[in-house]
Amino acid sequence: MSEPESDRMIESEPDRKLRVRGGQDTDTSPAEAIVAIPLRHPWRIVIAVVLLLGLAVFVLDAAQRADYGWPDVGKYIFDRRISQAAWVTLWLTIYSMIGAIVIGLLLAIMRLSPNPVLKSIAWLYIWIFRGTPVYVQLVFWGIVALIYPVFTLGIPFTTPWVTVPNEIFTNLFITAVIGLALNEAAYMSEIVRAGLLSVDEGQAEASTALAMSWGQTMRYVVVPQAMKIIIPPTGNEVISMLKTTSLVAAIPLSIDLYGVSRGISAVTFTPVPLLIVASLWYLLFTSVLMVGQHFIEKRFSRGTGRIKSGKAPAAPDPAPTAGPGAPGTPGMPSGTDFGGKG
Amino acid sequence: MTEVPMVLAEKVSKNFGSNRVLRGISLEVDPGEVLCIVGPSGSGKSTFLRCINHLEVVDGGRLSVDGQLVGYRQKGEKLYELKLKEAAFQRQEIGMVFQRFNLFPHLTAVENIILAPMRVKKISKAAATARAVELLERVGLGDKGDAYPAHLSGGQQQRVAIARALAMDPKLMLFDEPTSALDPELVGEVLDVMKGLAKSGMTMIVVTHEMGFAREVADTLVFMDDGVVVEAGAPRQILSDPQHDRTKAFLSKVL
Repeated sequence: MSEPESDRMIESEPDRKLRVRGGQDTDTSPAEAIVAIPLRHPWRIVIAVVLLLGLAVFVLDAAQRADYGWPDVGKYIFDRRISQAAWVTLWLTIYSMIGAIVIGLLLAIMRLSPNPVLKSIAWLYIWIFRGTPVYVQLVFWGIVALIYPVFTLGIPFTTPWVTVPNEIFTNLFITAVIGLALNEAAYMSEIVRAGLLSVDEGQAEASTALAMSWGQTMRYVVVPQAMKIIIPPTGNEVISMLKTTSLVAAIPLSIDLYGVSRGISAVTFTPVPLLIVASLWYLLFTSVLMVGQHFIEKRFSRGTGRIKSGKAPAAPDPAPTAGPGAPGTPGMPSGTDFGGKG
Repeated sequence: MTEVPMVLAEKVSKNFGSNRVLRGISLEVDPGEVLCIVGPSGSGKSTFLRCINHLEVVDGGRLSVDGQLVGYRQKGEKLYELKLKEAAFQRQEIGMVFQRFNLFPHLTAVENIILAPMRVKKISKAAATARAVELLERVGLGDKGDAYPAHLSGGQQQRVAIARALAMDPKLMLFDEPTSALDPELVGEVLDVMKGLAKSGMTMIVVTHEMGFAREVADTLVFMDDGVVVEAGAPRQILSDPQHDRTKAFLSKVL
């Protein structure tokens, strides 16, 4: 069957004549629009109404229930002690994440190293720190100063040359940062490793063939490309860390947001309003971070090699082949790919 | 003539586990010579090429570039493996072009070209950029300096990759099937650049399936199969009158 033949089969009679006579597609008038009764979804409406009613009842009830202590919520939400504690929580998050990223990068490089000892040590570390609950780890770091009351330098099993009292683990804030960072490092290392492995081998090869050293290859070629994979899940980890800081109560550190609100409620005997106050502050922080995360993900989900500043290409290309030379970005790990926290 | 050959391979062998990929390759490439290597896939052509700039480590035999042993230093009877830094220094002399271009996708064409000269040779950014623009002109992409690889066609990407390799001022250029990943209509532009390079006197080793290119440009054609050199000689002669049965069988399929 010839080409025009098959074309004609799907055309109506007058169209065909027109087309045959015209010799080309001359009929561009729009086809008749479809007018039909849309499919109804009554159950959707029923479920929505039930849920909305339930929510309204809950809100109205909560608003007048004395146990929630709404006046106390208003009283303490901008309390100076609370806002200072919020700062502590913020700094705990920042310091812990910086520590975690540095140690995580080190662990990731160790795991990719050809040295089997380095590889095994990194594996062991990750196995232990991901395999035990962070709460238990924090309790441990809280009592580590009892196990190691002093630091010594010298030849083992002889009289030490220098003895320093363990002042690191007696400072509970530093202990909390160390405990959180060491735990998070195990997760960060997996994120960094996934990022480094996502870069096509040919990239490192081309860089090596250009006489660049391993360090230069990493710094100028591999890591910049790995960042697209590393940054979005790292944002998730920051949000997660902010909430995890509330577990420093295990150390026990009590100057963070949750710790202080608990402390106040222990005096005033109003636990519920202070839990609400702490939750509102956590929500504020995580909401801001989530907005930031949204933009980061949007920014980094663009294909590999897209123009950074968003400016147009120098000239429209007649054959814009992505080509095998431009490996597409593999699916973005969403950050939750690495297992939930213990 | 006592000229030092640019590449001298003596019984070079290479194993991947129990798989003997190269089984004693011996050949010589003089300065300014263009050598084309053809052969069925899996014959070890690419591996041999990668051995020349030490991306793969040779297991046996001797391989030297411009009189220098690749990857090792000889002291008396003993061979010492080169430090990574020394191996990198050797590679400066050798440019390589890959089948899949391997341009750095996060950098523009110019940034791709100036990276190694700036970081390895410590050339100033201004000087390196001026040279990059010049090289892009030479491969016919003078207007594409600010384009990212993803916005270039395959042929254009490969030409940028050639310019990138040339920016290190190599004495020897290695091409690993440079046109195999290209759409047919883009092959010509890359081959034209390579022809120009050959005319300028560059020493080149080209692994290729482009028999027309080999016939026209190569000084020597090598047919490899199963890790050995089956036949070597003037391209016209080998292509029109192959002596060996395996060469005949291969050529009857590709010509």
